[in-house]
Amino acid sequence: MPVVEVSYSRLQKLVGKASKKQISESLPFLGLDIESEDKDLVRVEYSPNRPDYSTDFGISLGLEGILGIKTGSIKLKIKKSKTYAINVKSNVSKIRPFVTGIVAKNGKIDDKIIKQLMAMQEDLHFGIGRKRKKSSIGIHDLDKICFPLTYTTTDRNYKFIPLNSKVEQTISEILQNTEVGQDYGYVLGNSAQVPIIVDSKDDTVSFPPIINADKTTVTTKTKNLFVEVTGINKEDAEDMLSVVATILQAAGFNLESVNISGARNKTPKLEHRQMSVSPSLINDSLGLTLNNSTIISSLKKSRLDATTSGKNISCKIPPYRFDIFGPMDLVEEVALGYGVEKLTPQLSSSETLGMVNPISSKLKSVSLTMVGLGYLEALNSSLTSKRILFEMTNREPKNPIAVLDSKSQEHTILRDSILPGLLENLSRNIHAQYPQKLFETGTVFFKNDPIDEKTNFAAVWANQDANFSEMKSILQAVLKTGFNLQIETKTATHETFEKGRTASILVDGKTVGIMGEINSNTIENYKIRVPVSGFEITLSGLIFD
Amino acid sequence: MSQVFHEIEKKIISILKSESNLTPEKIGELTQLSPDQVRRGIEWLRLKELAIVNESQNITFSLGKNGLEAFESGLPERKLVDLIKDGSMKISDLQKQLGSVFGPAMGLAKKNNWIESKENELSLKTYPSNIPGEKTLKQIGKSSVSEQDIDKEDLQSLMRRPEFIIENLIKTKQISLTKNAQSLDISDSDSGAIDVEAKVPEIFVARTHPLKDTIDEIREIFVTLGFTEIFGNLTQPSFWNFDALFTPQDHPARELQDTFYLDGVSSKKIGTPDQIRKVSESHKKGWRYYWDINEARKMVLRTHTTCVTIKHLAENKSEEARVFSLGRVFRNEKVSYKHLVEFNQIEGVVVGSNANLRNLMGIQREFYRRIGITKIKFWPTFFPYTEPSLQTMVYNERLGKWVELFGMGIFRPEVTKPLGITKPVLAWGGGIERIAMLKYGLDDVREFYNNNLNWLRSATKCQ
Repeated sequence: MPVVEVSYSRLQKLVGKASKKQISESLPFLGLDIESEDKDLVRVEYSPNRPDYSTDFGISLGLEGILGIKTGSIKLKIKKSKTYAINVKSNVSKIRPFVTGIVAKNGKIDDKIIKQLMAMQEDLHFGIGRKRKKSSIGIHDLDKICFPLTYTTTDRNYKFIPLNSKVEQTISEILQNTEVGQDYGYVLGNSAQVPIIVDSKDDTVSFPPIINADKTTVTTKTKNLFVEVTGINKEDAEDMLSVVATILQAAGFNLESVNISGARNKTPKLEHRQMSVSPSLINDSLGLTLNNSTIISSLKKSRLDATTSGKNISCKIPPYRFDIFGPMDLVEEVALGYGVEKLTPQLSSSETLGMVNPISSKLKSVSLTMVGLGYLEALNSSLTSKRILFEMTNREPKNPIAVLDSKSQEHTILRDSILPGLLENLSRNIHAQYPQKLFETGTVFFKNDPIDEKTNFAAVWANQDANFSEMKSILQAVLKTGFNLQIETKTATHETFEKGRTASILVDGKTVGIMGEINSNTIENYKIRVPVSGFEITLSGLIFD
Repeated sequence: MSQVFHEIEKKIISILKSESNLTPEKIGELTQLSPDQVRRGIEWLRLKELAIVNESQNITFSLGKNGLEAFESGLPERKLVDLIKDGSMKISDLQKQLGSVFGPAMGLAKKNNWIESKENELSLKTYPSNIPGEKTLKQIGKSSVSEQDIDKEDLQSLMRRPEFIIENLIKTKQISLTKNAQSLDISDSDSGAIDVEAKVPEIFVARTHPLKDTIDEIREIFVTLGFTEIFGNLTQPSFWNFDALFTPQDHPARELQDTFYLDGVSSKKIGTPDQIRKVSESHKKGWRYYWDINEARKMVLRTHTTCVTIKHLAENKSEEARVFSLGRVFRNEKVSYKHLVEFNQIEGVVVGSNANLRNLMGIQREFYRRIGITKIKFWPTFFPYTEPSLQTMVYNERLGKWVELFGMGIFRPEVTKPLGITKPVLAWGGGIERIAMLKYGLDDVREFYNNNLNWLRSATKCQ
């Protein structure tokens, strides 16, 4: 989950009338986990569905509510303006069809605010923007732009000076040479035309979703902002814009509208949504008996508006709360506003009888019998490597199941056998006291339509006197004692076992596994210094289905 | 140190006081103790640091078949010179008498200038007083002689001959007393008593894996709380791992860098046509994107056990149920002291018309109480498929801070409705290794899968 660093003193200033202690105690009950604290600084983890919490402005709106300082929903006050407009050309419709925007004036911009805005932008890009694919955002210095703007397309030879650069670069150069170009160029695919926003003097404002023009860079001298959002659907773009607008208003800016027209685009309304919820759903879900006025005040503390409407509660949801899908989300808002700390656990009696799965019981029997025979239980990963599975044991890979893009070389292939892992364990314990006797039960995998999963059971015995016949006695004892099964052994060959000392294991005439003395080649590969014998059998189909 | 000695120990000590550096065999001979009594006595004394055992290796030589024959009737070349000592003899006669060794014997004698041949006869030139090898043959005879007592040069001439010399590697133990033991007075010690305060050799028990013990304990708690255990595959179509849980197909959690996708493996059968249609509609409505069935077919290593529970609920549509699933889950992470790519997860669900959030919290509190954790609290959190969602924070006494354990919530209607589940479903779960780490006081989660025998043999079973 994303993390943001904020300062207690700034939060106190924004919230007012709250001590540091109150704030620190309330943060977790907004769903903000405190990751670490360092005097005035606090790092909090927030949910990806609440990008408004990526800034201290957003967090303070939540704190005001839960502390009862200011409750009810946040209304955007947007002054209707005719000065600002974006005309959309139809050529964008097949590339990135939607644009929306807003103007924010007369705010105070310092380094801290710039840092917070950048963090919010990144979070929006990653979360609802889906790595800028669905929607992306650009924040500009309003006074460097001549309106009206045009949202159109251009070819890859088009040139402008991108952010943090001093020279003109073509679109192709930007995509190749800049970090953002390399990271997000994928959104544009191979399209010859790319989206571009230009102003009335034909100066470039932005090349969405990649980079802004250098000319409109926001600095501490900036007073007024212009925010544009582009995207592949209108709703997501407006959701994103509403988060930015809410935060900028909370940061002290005055909002003004930007008229959007052309090619299916419209000026955003950024209005509240209506949603109703029944008090019984709330009380039944939470296990409470709240009256309507407590429900309403709880919703208000969660910064929503609520009134009684007949038998139901009618809510007004501000546009930046697009995480609210339906009535169950309102149930959670009631719980948060009411206070999760006030919900007391209640153990209800069970109407059902518990039962262990028979597979678990049988595997447990295998374990306990092996322990009785002096064997220690090992646990290995079922996602392992070619080295352990095949190279060390001289086995030929037969249709192995690999995973894509593993971050660890040691975990790339699903095991089709448990024994190699146990031999690896022996090789890592050559300094521990002998004899060493290990066993493991676990899942093995085979490619089929799509995958066959079976439970296998393997054991190894490493000591100067390790041999075939005692190993056979062990397996015989486990299956006889545990499951009244008789084994037979028949001469066999296997890459891992010594020739002439290898046998297949049969139960009722059906081959269920292999056993023997591990061959010197394998033992040398593992650098084990004593003889080893072992077995592996498949339990699926033998002691359970 | 207590000065109580067993009768065996007393005998060994008194013998070693008069003569140091004895082999166990010699001790046995002098004390009249059986080899096993001697072995045990020496081991007891060694652990009490009263005896020192020096192990050494020694090579001894004895005679093979041909060596023994030469010892009894002389080396072939000696036989040859003896035969012609009193006058020359025909080669054919000599051949008859000496047999197959005649050739090499004649060669050797000629080379040393002891004999000469004329026409078909051999005659003596000088009679050798000493032939190389004779000294060693005599020395070894029918017994064996150790390396340091033998004339190496003389031995060499015999080593080259087939089946003359047998080399034996002998390991010997020599026992002597430590300084402390030298000054012991053993006459007054209590006869028959043993030193009950002495250290004894460590033996290691065989045992089930410590993590398995925790898993079993958790399984038992769930069963006693009325839950039935269900199983499911570790490999799952994305449909059950993600889509059925309302996780959009472009969600970051579904990317290769977080989830293990099986290379080139897709599932033909992922659900009933009705399930697929309704899940896809729920996605289109909620997330506004094109839902791709091929994405849902891709096989993954399950990232949670929730796929097993949701599939069970979709198939059974019970109105009242308590089930749990327990097993391995996978995340494409860098392995560290905090993270594993493969770990165990427990998940429980309660279905019922009266199921509510406070009941869910009640089950949590009871579960933690039974594993010995009483200091807990609940914080709100976010999970894509539950609403409302909470997490349990438990107080870790050792670290002196609150740590996050199980997550929980009520399944979203976007999850349950498309699958035909009509009653509220409470769900919770989390990693088992985290609980086991608290139990065994571990800071590095990798220890559970290292299979370090020293740790497995020493971790205390009940903590």
